[in-house]
Amino acid sequence: MVQPPSPRELVVVGGGMVARRLVDALRSRDTAGEWAVTLLCEEPRAPYDRVALTSYFTGRDPDDLALGGQEIWDDPLVTLRRGVAATAIDREARTIATSDGRTLPYDSLVLATGSYAAVPPVPGRDLRGAFVYRTIDDVAALRAYVENLRDEVGRPLRGAVVGGGLLGLEAAGALTALQVETTVVEFASRLMPLQVDDGGGEALRRLIEALGVKVRTSTATSKIVGLLGRVSKMEFADGPGLDVDVVVFAVGVRPRDELAREAGLEVGERGGVVVDDSCATADPAVWAVGEVACIGGRTLGLVAPGYTMAEIVADRLLGGEGTFPGADLSTKLKLLGVDVASFGDAFAAEAGGLEVVISDPVAGVYKKLVMSDDARTLRGGILVGDASAYAALRPMVGRELGGDPAAYLLPEGAAPAAAGDLPDDAAVCSCNNVTAGAIRCSVTDAGCTDLAGVKACTRAGTSCGSCLPLVKRLVTTELERSGVEVSNALCEHFELSRAQLFDVVRVQGLTTFSEIIGRHGNGRGCDICKPVIGSILASLGTGHILEGERATLQDTNDHVMANLQKDGSYSVVPRIPGGEITPERLIVIGEVAKDFGLYTKITGGQRIDLFGARIEQLPKIWKRLVDAGFESGHAYGKSLRTVKSCVGSTWCRYGVQDSVGLAIALELRYRGLRSPHKIKLGVSGCARECAEARGKDVGVIATDNGWNLYVGGNGGFTPRHAELLAEDLDTEMLVRTIDRFLMYYVRTADRLQRTAVWVEDHEGGLDAIRDVVLEDSLGIGADLDEAMAGHVEGYEDEWAAALNDPEKLRRFGSFVNAPDQPDDSLAYVNERGQARPATESERAGGSLLIAGTTLEVRR
Amino acid sequence: MTTETSLSPLALEPSWLPVCTVEDLPRERGACALVHGSQVALFRTFDDTVYAVQQLDPYSGAHVMSRGIVGTRGGTPTVASPMYKQVFDLRTGQCLDPVGKDPRHLLAYAVHVADDVVSVGPPVEPGQALLPDAVERGTG
Repeated sequence: MVQPPSPRELVVVGGGMVARRLVDALRSRDTAGEWAVTLLCEEPRAPYDRVALTSYFTGRDPDDLALGGQEIWDDPLVTLRRGVAATAIDREARTIATSDGRTLPYDSLVLATGSYAAVPPVPGRDLRGAFVYRTIDDVAALRAYVENLRDEVGRPLRGAVVGGGLLGLEAAGALTALQVETTVVEFASRLMPLQVDDGGGEALRRLIEALGVKVRTSTATSKIVGLLGRVSKMEFADGPGLDVDVVVFAVGVRPRDELAREAGLEVGERGGVVVDDSCATADPAVWAVGEVACIGGRTLGLVAPGYTMAEIVADRLLGGEGTFPGADLSTKLKLLGVDVASFGDAFAAEAGGLEVVISDPVAGVYKKLVMSDDARTLRGGILVGDASAYAALRPMVGRELGGDPAAYLLPEGAAPAAAGDLPDDAAVCSCNNVTAGAIRCSVTDAGCTDLAGVKACTRAGTSCGSCLPLVKRLVTTELERSGVEVSNALCEHFELSRAQLFDVVRVQGLTTFSEIIGRHGNGRGCDICKPVIGSILASLGTGHILEGERATLQDTNDHVMANLQKDGSYSVVPRIPGGEITPERLIVIGEVAKDFGLYTKITGGQRIDLFGARIEQLPKIWKRLVDAGFESGHAYGKSLRTVKSCVGSTWCRYGVQDSVGLAIALELRYRGLRSPHKIKLGVSGCARECAEARGKDVGVIATDNGWNLYVGGNGGFTPRHAELLAEDLDTEMLVRTIDRFLMYYVRTADRLQRTAVWVEDHEGGLDAIRDVVLEDSLGIGADLDEAMAGHVEGYEDEWAAALNDPEKLRRFGSFVNAPDQPDDSLAYVNERGQARPATESERAGGSLLIAGTTLEVRR
Repeated sequence: MTTETSLSPLALEPSWLPVCTVEDLPRERGACALVHGSQVALFRTFDDTVYAVQQLDPYSGAHVMSRGIVGTRGGTPTVASPMYKQVFDLRTGQCLDPVGKDPRHLLAYAVHVADDVVSVGPPVEPGQALLPDAVERGTG
């Protein structure tokens, strides 16, 4: 591919989600490198997920809001200028002045400046304690103010949110998460006046009030009264005032069109840079996208139409002809845990509409469908309290629904699956504008065979994810329709599923990969089936995972019994059963870390992770740990990780059982058990649940009479609480039940299927599993017990075993022709007193590098 | 294991470097060698053919390819990156499964085995198809 000698200069003003999408879209299409992009990003950080801003309050780091694929900023044709704002446009000279005093030339300019949070002109709006809700910095300032003030005044705080729309309820959720007693003040007669009708607003109010948030509608704020320069009281046009410590304004956003105004570009009546349906302004070199664009006479405050505009401009810059198809203003949100969705002609604005309404104040649900006058064609709808039907209904807008509309409003599960009949041009993923046809095509023409493939191929479901259930159904239906039985084959080498393979291997007593693939598969395996078979053989107790041919089956983590990190070094985690450790052992870990220069971090599983070990150092590190009485913690394995515990009745004033003692016993019992995915356990000594046991695959919570057993919980990408399997078990019965549950899971789950999904997918669900493990409905109880007894008896420490075997130690050389020479590509810098991998630019700089771990200084 | 009886003329050129014996390489796994300062990943497949590609994983930027799982796709010998699981053809370094990313390929190196000694030669020009050893021995 020939790159033009000097690419044309594109300057994008603004660093929001739409700006990011524009860069992504342009760079993925502009394969010839026609454009070099400079992004002026006023905030001190790269574009982030503003839609998820409120999650910042649930303990996430600002970095967690990063939009995927940060490597785009390493693209030589992309320049990100953080903390730099555009200050003026000279359209004549085609240059832009920036806040750091530079002048950038442009061939094309895209305004993606977004909006600012509007503040109504009420007296007192400048007092300390009054905030808006728009950026990470706004949210961080709000949190800091609340936390400091609470420490200062030593009582619970009261807060108000002005504005009961989408953003206002987000802000109310944030205040509630900060334990502020919150009142939402809305000028209109209902909450979310732009998205829901009176019935929906009323349902929403009830649901939100039930969460402890007060709501005042039809209320105009007239004044904020200060005390010592700080917010202290709100006064209203009618009704009594309200004592408050903090006020958040969330009355809407206004386009940041000041640059365009000063440059003489046309702006809309209510603000926004006027563009045509190609997102072009009257100046052929200037475009506007996202919230700042006034398109079709209005500005749009949702991310999906902004993304569409970004795609259009990227297309046009490369000579395409894309036009804006009109905005889909459908929204589905979870506000304060309450589902709200609104789509199509939600207010029955079009003449002759019929409304089908189900309102159930007891269940806290309000659902309305707007149908055409013959009750056949869906025009829109509102869902409050349960929006599970949204994914199936929204793509049907403008189409015949088929059957009784009311059937779609029945509780989840009772609704018919519409996906199979969805027309090809129906948009399924509105974030990325993917139609049902495109998804079907990815299966029939592009050869995708699973959800992951379809996501990668079409980008459907990769932004907000709300359409994923629908995408999955479409994919399954299409696969079945095209004659491919939805195969549960493991990979191209095995027709069998993991569970079938497990049975075959167990019943036939096979012990090597060559035997197994020779009799039941073809070829020589791959990175999918090899680790599965390695895990099955390990679960069946065939000996050390690195013995003979079994070593070839292991993923690098299992292969070197440590966890691969991003730079190619490994981390080492010794077992600390139940999180209990003596000072002496703690010192040993510290000394090992110090001697090998390892970065140390406490893990979520109550143990210590040592990072930055090179492959040839691993045996030396284990030796030190094993000599001090430690063993492998199996942090690298699809196996039992930890049993987390609270301190329990031994010390705690509230504890009713010895949770630490039980946790240690369970961890020692199940250590080293290989399974389809990692397994985590937790034990809490009382109902306060300090061990967060219900976030684990197996959670045990002490009661006055014994133990309650919960199963199928996990954290991670889709957090789930474990569900109650059995109550008030004595310890012996508890252990037997966990034995059977785990062994049954190990035998029958799919590859990389955690217990939560396994329970869900199991025929008959949790009830059926309860029958198997407690009532022995399959008659396999004794068999499961025996298998677990065999595991417990056969356990050996993998590290110690490897240290005693010179043949296994051979694989830990750095280079086959220089086994002790350190890998000089590893480079570290000092951060907060410890080593961390150097970034690309630090490596390029060279002089910053230090001897992070025990590596020589690189200069 | 196939044993060659005569040295290839290529092996006499100075750019070729003997790095280890075939037995030093575990079957169906990889190992890394230092070749004139570059890290090269060596793999010995089930039929005892030896392949060499760059150790640098183009997707993660880490030098880890030798630690990937060796296998087959169709009849093609492959290695999967241990980092993000992209799959590469061991014979050519071509990326066979970019796992949703843009394809990036590995540099493949010429390999010569004589009297059980594995020598690594210069990188194979992209497009110059298969290595001599791989052609003669196929992939079984």
